[in-house]
Amino acid sequence: MSATAERPATRGFVGLPIDRVDGHAKVTGAARYAADAPIAAPLHATIVQATIACGRIIAIDERATRAVEGVVDVLTYHNATRIPALPFDFTAPSSEELAPLQSDEIKYDGQHVAAVIAETFEAARAGAALLRVEYESRAPELSPGGARTVEQPEQWFGSDAQPRRGDPERAFEAAGVRIDQTYTTPIENHNPLEPSATVAEWRDGELIVHDSTQWVRGTRAVLAKSFGLDEEKVRVIAPYLGGGFGCKGFFWPHPLIAAMAAKLTNRPVKLVLTREQMFTSCGYRSETRQRLRLGATRDGRLQAILHDVLGTSSRVGTFVETAGGVTAMLFDVPNIAVTHSIARLDVPTPTAMRAPGEAPGSFALGCALDELASACGIDPLDVLRRNHAAVDPSSGLPFSSKHLLACYERGAEAFGWSTRPQAPRAMRDGGELVGWGVATATYPALRSPAQARVVLGADGSVDVASATHDLGTGMYTILAQIAADELGVDPRAIRVRIGDSSFPIAPVAGGSMSSASVGPAVQDAARRAYREAIAIATSAGGSPLHGLGEDEIEACDGGLRSKREPSRAIAYGEIVRLGGSGAIEALGSAAPGDEGERLSFHSFGAQFVEVRYDEELARLRVSRALGVFDCGRILNAKTARSQMIGGIVWGIGMALMEETVRDPRAGAVVTNNFADYHVPVNADIAAIDVLFVEEPDLAFNPLGVRGIGEIGITGVAAAIANAVYHATGVRLRDLPIVPEKLLAAQAAV
Amino acid sequence: MNAFRYAQARDAASAMAALAADPRARYIAGGTNVVDLMKEGVERPSLLVDITQLPLRGIDRTATGVRVGALALMSDVADHPAIARDYPVVAQALLASASPQLRNMATIGGNLMQRTRCAYFRDVSQHCNKRAPGTGCAAISGVNRRHAVVGGSEQCICTHASDLAVALLSVDAIVHVRGRAGERTVPLERFHVLPGSTPQRETVLEHGDLITAVELPASAAARNSYYLKVRDRASYEFALVSVAAALNVAGGRIRAARVALGGVAPTPWRAHAAEAALLGRPATGGTFAAAAEAATRGMKGYGQNDFKIVLVRRAVNRALQHVGAIA
Repeated sequence: MSATAERPATRGFVGLPIDRVDGHAKVTGAARYAADAPIAAPLHATIVQATIACGRIIAIDERATRAVEGVVDVLTYHNATRIPALPFDFTAPSSEELAPLQSDEIKYDGQHVAAVIAETFEAARAGAALLRVEYESRAPELSPGGARTVEQPEQWFGSDAQPRRGDPERAFEAAGVRIDQTYTTPIENHNPLEPSATVAEWRDGELIVHDSTQWVRGTRAVLAKSFGLDEEKVRVIAPYLGGGFGCKGFFWPHPLIAAMAAKLTNRPVKLVLTREQMFTSCGYRSETRQRLRLGATRDGRLQAILHDVLGTSSRVGTFVETAGGVTAMLFDVPNIAVTHSIARLDVPTPTAMRAPGEAPGSFALGCALDELASACGIDPLDVLRRNHAAVDPSSGLPFSSKHLLACYERGAEAFGWSTRPQAPRAMRDGGELVGWGVATATYPALRSPAQARVVLGADGSVDVASATHDLGTGMYTILAQIAADELGVDPRAIRVRIGDSSFPIAPVAGGSMSSASVGPAVQDAARRAYREAIAIATSAGGSPLHGLGEDEIEACDGGLRSKREPSRAIAYGEIVRLGGSGAIEALGSAAPGDEGERLSFHSFGAQFVEVRYDEELARLRVSRALGVFDCGRILNAKTARSQMIGGIVWGIGMALMEETVRDPRAGAVVTNNFADYHVPVNADIAAIDVLFVEEPDLAFNPLGVRGIGEIGITGVAAAIANAVYHATGVRLRDLPIVPEKLLAAQAAV
Repeated sequence: MNAFRYAQARDAASAMAALAADPRARYIAGGTNVVDLMKEGVERPSLLVDITQLPLRGIDRTATGVRVGALALMSDVADHPAIARDYPVVAQALLASASPQLRNMATIGGNLMQRTRCAYFRDVSQHCNKRAPGTGCAAISGVNRRHAVVGGSEQCICTHASDLAVALLSVDAIVHVRGRAGERTVPLERFHVLPGSTPQRETVLEHGDLITAVELPASAAARNSYYLKVRDRASYEFALVSVAAALNVAGGRIRAARVALGGVAPTPWRAHAAEAALLGRPATGGTFAAAAEAATRGMKGYGQNDFKIVLVRRAVNRALQHVGAIA
């Protein structure tokens, strides 16, 4: 806390590794997640899903369902509220255009076809199991290869989806070294611990929804539009989330079903998706097939990259997995051609999943660079350094703050990279082969307009409110830290309230933008409250600070004092009482300006990985991982480190085990549980370390913070695949790297 | 889950009487498998008879070995010093099973009765001859990465999920069963039955039969035994392939050998051909390699699971080297 001397108005809480302020509430069960909403005696709805991928419903037999004691009603397309189609836009961000329960059409296996509403959860489940739905089925299209409809979107989320510069084809043909490989990544599901849940209640024509959403205002907008209500008549509440990772970002159909059921029964209705339903009801990461062509000089300098990405989307919504986005900006390459295509299939709609685009894209590009290093006989880290981009090659703009080379250096030193033999199969430990791999991490720094309110109460309380979200990552804590520094109050004494659409506006908790968007708004609101407090304290008779100037005052221990005579002090509560208006209330706001026209904002990092491989049994383990990140100012060293470790664990899962498998004939997910969809367990995770090259990015926002939600996973799968090559001498270009692929690759050598 | 009745049995006789009176009644012990299956709608019992109060928890030394009560917990058996010393393969298989939480609930008898993890079996909207006889097997031409490479039929190619049963097979365990006609014993090798044309039938037990104990005969081979499990992650994961190997080597020659396999067949699978390739031969790398090759004889993949055959050969070789003390 020595920072006090330099920054008199702050106490240096920002950056400290302080414990989560919501930790106690979570471990004691006091934190109420959506399904815990304090609503008395709700009805329970259980969704019934289609068991065909393409066709229509020809009959629904509800008799056995309605005979179950406790079943109140059955919601199907026959009696559902008529609601309009829901085309995606950023003011009403529905993932699927097809509103639920509107017709007999079936567009994918797992589509909601009914909801059984009952007095108890058990009755709803029992009733759902007894609902007989008959279908007329057509053969579905399930594989992107040879799909009848393949689209090439021009733009995606405001960015060019087919970026091109120079003459990449000619430069590739003319290059001294060429790499031409195809990399594939499977379908992956987010699998937050908390399944999506909604409790919906109609009260005097108003709709109140407790929902596990990463975007309370987005959810409010879709609900209002669907039911023809003013947005003010809808309130969406989401104080806590048990993870989201993107599957609670855009709007999915189930909250509409909960609201319809509540309307139909005129009772509050609780709806929780089952784990199995989570695999088809709230998006997933599209599979990708990525052809990468690199042309380079013999000393490893890139001349051309051609990156063709084929992903998938559904018949009822569009999402583009922009795996090539990273290619256009990461390295200093004069000639680039990136294409994105999506095959329309009879499947649910994919969505953003932690590091959308960058996660699969950084895998393919990171592996291709390693292949280039091998082809040139150069250390892979040297190839990364040689192609470092000093300015953003996609825009020509300088980066606001880029310290990637420092990430490489610090990482190499901490990992011991300089002792790495270049040849594969050169390191052993006991009976195991050992390999080291490296890859680059990156994610754009995004920011949206946001507001926050700070209220100082006569009782000395400090409240912060904003319609932002805490996915479990530490938002409550960092907002308290930011306000604490402005006001000179202990962060643990500040009450932060978030996750309510009636609070000041905040963007979706996605794109790693919450800290950079909401943090400065809280800072602004706290500053305004602080100045208001000074104005009262210096003007009110009876204040010990009466008559002093603003620059003669500093914050201290929950109040203000004279810099020169610290004994002249007054607590905020006393100031509020002197002010006579009951509270000091300040609305702060923050928004990006035109800095994006002059600067490019990105975060970077370097991922270093060690694997150990038992060749006889095809047993592969990640024994060591190190991530070094350049993400601007770190607001809380503890929660930031946790978030990065989580990202690296995700990367290990992505590299070695995660895969959602559909039945190739009918499209049903056959890995829709945690026994068959493998995520790493503790025993799979060995030593992980995280370092920050902490350079505040003050050109980006006044706090100097860039988001850290997604970057942790980027580059990890590539570093692992590269380490596998280093250990074994075989390239695995198809994720996940499971035993049969290792065995087949060895057999082919 | 359907509505069902629940009763707690005071003694074996009343438990058996309750089942005899109701063809849809089922025993429940730890419940780690049957409750899951009830939630999925795969098991739809009318009555659950809780047998956990029956006095079948003991782990006792006998003149010929150890007798493990059917209701002994997996965790208790794994931690028992006599098991760890005289049947290391059993302790290792238990500790490689499930998670500590599950092992603290699940019982030895229940473990033998657990049902397959086949995704088509567990999804009631899919075709499965085991769950719904006559509907077909969706796995044979579907997603069959985890399925059997030996012992299956055109009706069913599921795998048995137990690690423990594989280990028990390698120590010649004997299952004690109480039925209508009184107590009987069934060698574990004959306890589970292959699917053939009746995949719904998984063991020799008749409705109402109650497992009371599992007997582990002492042997030199059992004392020199080892469990090797190859799986997709380091813990909390079913086997892709597992090997239970038990070897008695004296004077450089193999006097007794047991090789059992998991993850490859609808039942725990005894590799008789591998054992024959070991018996009487010198305990050398060449013998073990030949036995490992023999273990794969007759195995056939269905596409996605072809790799298991390679893994069987390598895992058997590794396990034999371990118990043969040449690794």
